[in-house]
Amino acid sequence: MKTILYIIQKEFKQIFRNKGMLPIIFVLPIIQLVILSNAATFEVQHIKFGYIDHDHTSTSRALVERFNASTYFDVLTDFPSEALANSAMLKGDVDVIVEIPHYFERDLQKEKRTNVGVTINAIDGAAAGVENVYLTQIVQRFNQQVKVNLLQASDLQVQPIQIETIPLFWYNETLNYKTFMVPGILVLLVTMITLFLSGMNIVREKEIGTLEQINVTPIKKSQFIIGKLFPFWVIGMGLLTIGLILARVVFNVPMVGSLVLMYFYTSIYILVVLGIGLFISNFTETQQQAMFIAWFFMVIFILMSGLFTPIESMPKWAQLLTEFNPIKYFVEVMRMVMLKGSSFMDILPQLLKTLLYAVVMNGLAVWSYKKTT
Amino acid sequence: MSITIQHISKSFKDVVALKDVSFEVKEGELFGLIGPDGAGKTTLFRILTTLLIANEGTATVAGFDVINDYKSIRNSVGYMPGKFSLYQDLTIEENLIFFATIFGTTIEKNYDLIKDIYIQIEPFKNRRAGKLSGGMKQKLALCCALIHKPKVLFLDEPTTGVDPVSRKEFWDMLKRLQKKGITILVSTPYMDEAELCDRIAFIQDGKILEIDTPEAIVKHYPKPMYNIRSNNMYQLINSLKAYEHQHSVYPFGEFVHYTDNRLDFNPKELMLYLESKNLSEISIQITQPTIEDTFMELAK
Repeated sequence: MKTILYIIQKEFKQIFRNKGMLPIIFVLPIIQLVILSNAATFEVQHIKFGYIDHDHTSTSRALVERFNASTYFDVLTDFPSEALANSAMLKGDVDVIVEIPHYFERDLQKEKRTNVGVTINAIDGAAAGVENVYLTQIVQRFNQQVKVNLLQASDLQVQPIQIETIPLFWYNETLNYKTFMVPGILVLLVTMITLFLSGMNIVREKEIGTLEQINVTPIKKSQFIIGKLFPFWVIGMGLLTIGLILARVVFNVPMVGSLVLMYFYTSIYILVVLGIGLFISNFTETQQQAMFIAWFFMVIFILMSGLFTPIESMPKWAQLLTEFNPIKYFVEVMRMVMLKGSSFMDILPQLLKTLLYAVVMNGLAVWSYKKTT
Repeated sequence: MSITIQHISKSFKDVVALKDVSFEVKEGELFGLIGPDGAGKTTLFRILTTLLIANEGTATVAGFDVINDYKSIRNSVGYMPGKFSLYQDLTIEENLIFFATIFGTTIEKNYDLIKDIYIQIEPFKNRRAGKLSGGMKQKLALCCALIHKPKVLFLDEPTTGVDPVSRKEFWDMLKRLQKKGITILVSTPYMDEAELCDRIAFIQDGKILEIDTPEAIVKHYPKPMYNIRSNNMYQLINSLKAYEHQHSVYPFGEFVHYTDNRLDFNPKELMLYLESKNLSEISIQITQPTIEDTFMELAK
């Protein structure tokens, strides 16, 4: 026990003496949390909008006015021809072009139907999708208005049958993306820092040769590993604390659930990450190699965690793969507990899987750590 | 016997590092392993310190088998790797306490053993190890290897890259440690250090060439050795190498060490040959072969 305590003490001393490492551990995550949470938004605003009005009637102008009134669209130009509009899109001056055909008003009134041509720049597929939704909403609302006007004029007996949906967004009533992103990004930071630090730590001892010296001593594998990894467990919990304070103070993210539960889950989760880190360092010779491998896993874990893209929209095989992604569980649990106030029983499946993962990973790591080569 | 090595072989893929190595080191002996870089010295050390498992053969250290009793060995040996491998970002004192702690002891308990050495670096005990000079690093590493009172001390090229004064001091320290009953196995590429050992083993390409005391080992040299000098060293070496009866020609300080392959060698004949090569101030004297000469001869 005394040995473990001394190793822990030594590790902390080394961490705090490493002037290059301290800011990486404590300052960068905070900056990242603040910047990423503000920047990683799914909303698309200031869409550069252009239109070609062949009709030049009050109805077509009313439609353009709808776009002008929207906060999402910046109405830029009235293009005289399709060719000019297309070349403007090629140059990147407009993102969305709406083409209003000849006899737009006349067709609407006489035939009760007409078409509007829409072109969207889909280089960024996600943004194009969002733009399409905004645009459709505006056109639909315009459509209803027109319908009502036309009906009043012609036939009062036929009432329009409309089903209106009024959605309620539970657990995040204003659909504030920060409420949704902050817990997720916090998860990333805790994972990234603890994985990189633990992955590089034992490799570092290999690199500077101290590991060889230590291997000749009677120190037990378990003592050494616990002594080496415990400080990073503490740092991970510290990061969680800093992140939660920032989430509450800066982003005003609601914390509905129990803090104790969050800490309890995180304490187990970090064990998984440390196990992976140790496992990586057992199979690498230099800090560089360890860094690259850790980075490789990190990217896959992040992209398949459901943080940026919903897991439900992934193909079946990818969904299966995410079962092995610890970050996925952590993101789920954080969102569930923070936003929904889930209880211990609600997160039990995630908790058990994480616990199993921790046992397996650390078992593998300890098994593959050898004092003799 | 403090160390016994029997038929140890080790290869890494297709590189053979050690080939059927066998020798013994007596208790309290200062035993030198002499050989060039890549001879297999470090591999042998790593096998004896239980860091590496040999392909074949058995070895015991302090009476313990290196494979079955490796845990006991780790308690009773001190190992100082060739590369400085202490924590550069910890101070002298912290490094020492760290190693004392993981051996389950304290500095105070074994202070008498390291006192002579530690006193020299104690004024800098709050300095980080990374900021020490080569000689001081060496002393610190030795202190750390001794802190648990080992029965056997393994020193892998302890003086490589250390200045001549510190080297001499270091060997004085080893002699003192030896008097305290510690068996020391030291490897070095320096032939002059070999003379300071009780016994030495020549190792090359993973094979032991010869084992004996430094005094006896030079007697293995099969031929009379001559010191030759002249006004022009470079031309002298070239001329001697071109001489049809030469057996070996090695520069040695201001002399050239020369042996002839004839039994009835007459120095006067060689003198005439050298004069014919326009060399002057030639002197040819018989001399004692050194350990270096012996090694070069055996390694041929």
